[in-house]
Amino acid sequence: MAESPRPLVKVSGLARYFDVSAPWLNRVLDGQPRLILRAVDGLDFEISKGETLALVGESGCGKSTVARLVVGLYRPSTGSIVFDGVDMAGLGGRAEMAPIRRRLQMIFQDPYASLNPRWRVSAIVSEPIRAFRLIEGESKIVERVGQLLRQVGLSPVDGEKYPHEFSGGQRQRISIARALSSQPEFLVCDEPTSALDVSVQAQILNLMKDLQRQLGLTYLFISHNLAVVRHIADRVGVMYLGRLAEIGPKTTLFTLPRHPYTRMLLDTIPDLDMTGCKRTPVAGEVPNPINPPSGCAFHPRCPFANDRCKTERPEPKANETGSITACHAVEEGRPPAGPLPAAAA
Amino acid sequence: MAALLEVEHLRIEFPTRRGTLVAVDDVSFSIDEGEVLGVVGESGAGKSLTGTAIIGLLEPPGRVAAGEIRLMGRRIDDLPYEEIRKIRGKQIGAVFQDPLTSLNPLYSVGRQLIETIQTHTDLSPTQARTRALELLQEVGIPAAERRVDHYPHQFSGGMRQRVVIALALCVNPKLVIADEPTTALDVSIQAQIIALLKRLCRDHGTAIMLITHDMGVIAETADRVAVMYAGRIAEIGPVRSVIKEAKHPYSHGLMGSIPKINDTKERLDQIEGSMPRLTEIPPGCAFNPRCPHVFERCRVERPELLDAGATRASCWLYAHG
Ligand SMILES: Nc1ncnc2c1ncn2[C@@H]1O[C@H](COP(=O)(O)OP(=O)(O)OP(=O)(O)O)[C@@H](O)[C@H]1O
Ligand SMILES: Nc1ncnc2c1ncn2[C@@H]1O[C@H](COP(=O)(O)OP(=O)(O)O)[C@@H](O)[C@H]1O
Ligand code: SF4
Ligand code: SF4
Ligand SMILES: [Mg+2]
Ligand SMILES: [Mg+2]
Repeated sequence: MAESPRPLVKVSGLARYFDVSAPWLNRVLDGQPRLILRAVDGLDFEISKGETLALVGESGCGKSTVARLVVGLYRPSTGSIVFDGVDMAGLGGRAEMAPIRRRLQMIFQDPYASLNPRWRVSAIVSEPIRAFRLIEGESKIVERVGQLLRQVGLSPVDGEKYPHEFSGGQRQRISIARALSSQPEFLVCDEPTSALDVSVQAQILNLMKDLQRQLGLTYLFISHNLAVVRHIADRVGVMYLGRLAEIGPKTTLFTLPRHPYTRMLLDTIPDLDMTGCKRTPVAGEVPNPINPPSGCAFHPRCPFANDRCKTERPEPKANETGSITACHAVEEGRPPAGPLPAAAA
Repeated sequence: MAALLEVEHLRIEFPTRRGTLVAVDDVSFSIDEGEVLGVVGESGAGKSLTGTAIIGLLEPPGRVAAGEIRLMGRRIDDLPYEEIRKIRGKQIGAVFQDPLTSLNPLYSVGRQLIETIQTHTDLSPTQARTRALELLQEVGIPAAERRVDHYPHQFSGGMRQRVVIALALCVNPKLVIADEPTTALDVSIQAQIIALLKRLCRDHGTAIMLITHDMGVIAETADRVAVMYAGRIAEIGPVRSVIKEAKHPYSHGLMGSIPKINDTKERLDQIEGSMPRLTEIPPGCAFNPRCPHVFERCRVERPELLDAGATRASCWLYAHG
């Protein structure tokens, strides 16, 4: 890491808390305490230019919140996000934000909700061009929109249509065209294929890879699907309850997972090669982030948990495989290294 | 031996002002006792409608326009509502994607279980409660005695789905129709529910029609799998054969498009285009505009399921003689 050039994105100590308390009056009358939900609770990661970092984890672990923080839709409670050397927290008003905002765009999971149904596709795609005044002159804008639509595998005449005339996969292509229209360097993609059928997902994942190569894009790719992540990512971060359990190069993470949660996830993914094979699913449920377990939040489900795990929160530590793991057992060398037997089967 | 469930030439139509929509067309398959048949396909392929027709819950104006559905040799698609309701209670259980659609938010889960048990058996209230507790334990609800009087909203999504499975099992059904039972759940919980379904199938000999768009779930659970495309069965056969050596060009393409955890190839296989809307299904083979092997006959004549080695595929490539 030491010699690598400055990362395009550097996130340090990032946290975002939500106040989910009952209204003030109820709290006073019923003597209810203030409730703080720690959706993201101290994350560090970097993304180099041209690289794809994927974040995986189960529902509610804070993936979408990270995505929204990184593109500036939420303000961090603490911590910093530095984009190409510029601390985003230091940017005050819209005017200061605009040059940075143009360079990072977001693609959402739901291609139905994220496109304005009353706008023609050409208006949707050209919106960032107009907002950032990137191109002057209507005919030039039309030309650029046509080019963007072709780039995502649609036709320029599709610009005349409305979103409801398109299938889910085509709508996601429109979202991508819109995101690309401001010529961003960095795309934050929150479950961009989760609402799509697998055959359509394959088309979109291939398209995203092609675009990355052609345009030198950097991706933060959020997903709950480990197989998708393995396909698209260069590096992978595994989140559990607002924190990173483990982060590292893709191959290391998939072949030499260290954190017990990573190993559990790998072990629970139904896979095509698993026909007829028996697995032992992990007991227990994803805990509530309002009242997370003490110490290591994974301890109630962890087969390696001991007393230290119940009281002391593990901090991320680099290990010899090149990944970073937050686990006492890994640090103490307790669990057997390498994949769990079942995951290797 | 007759199969437990036989579906023959099933056709489901929706009359509309602009003409009749054929949503499921000439679908035939069977399920043996204790067998898990997986049904996969993209959204809109007709999976849920097929399942719904079997449990007799098709909403008008949707209707079974042709074909037959037989359970243990007895025709069930033309029964009056009261009759099919009885069969549904006694012989066929149902588990849907959203557990809340199967649970009444106003009653405790115990009450719902006990009522279902009492409707279909002549157990006394105490016996029914004991049975309800057993079921909750069986589906893995910890501290069942304490949870039995809780309401659905007090359970997590995974726990609710367990309760729904308990409800479906109340009366030892021969067949459970499970429509996307794990789709709304987290992967770790999904694995628990799959393991539960498999165990129930093994311990009670219950047959399961497992509808899902997740091929991974099918790979782990099913004995045989039917791949649906545009309201028809494209291919049906043993799960391994369909996954490893699908014969129909669509199922072949579908398998290649799935990212696999142990696969490191740069690009996923890609089927160009998309599944046609019901109003735009082409003549001949429904897959012909997207098929890399299309030839003349495919555009005019519709293929039936043909023997294709280990599986059966509706594809003219397998017409011999
Ligand atoms: N605006 C908000 N106000 C209060 N709580 C929130 C808010 N946004 C998110 N949360 C909570 O923060 C936690 C993390 O949410 P987030 O949406 O980031 O999860 P996620 O990992 O994206 O989950 P999923 O896989 O379901 O999309 C959840 O418990 C969620 O309920
Ligand atoms: N009530 C209805 N009216 C008209 N078309 C319907 C209705 N219900 C389902 N369909 C159509 O029937 C087809 C199959 O639906 P469904 O069985 O729900 O698909 P799947 O479960 O495979 O996603 C779809 O094209 C769907 O739009
Ligand atoms: S810190 Fe302890 S409880 Fe947490 S993952 Fe490691 S061993 Fe398990
Ligand atoms: S029948 Fe023809 S078009 Fe249809 S799948 Fe077979 S080869 Fe392709
Ligand atoms: Mg999310
Ligand atoms: Mg369905």
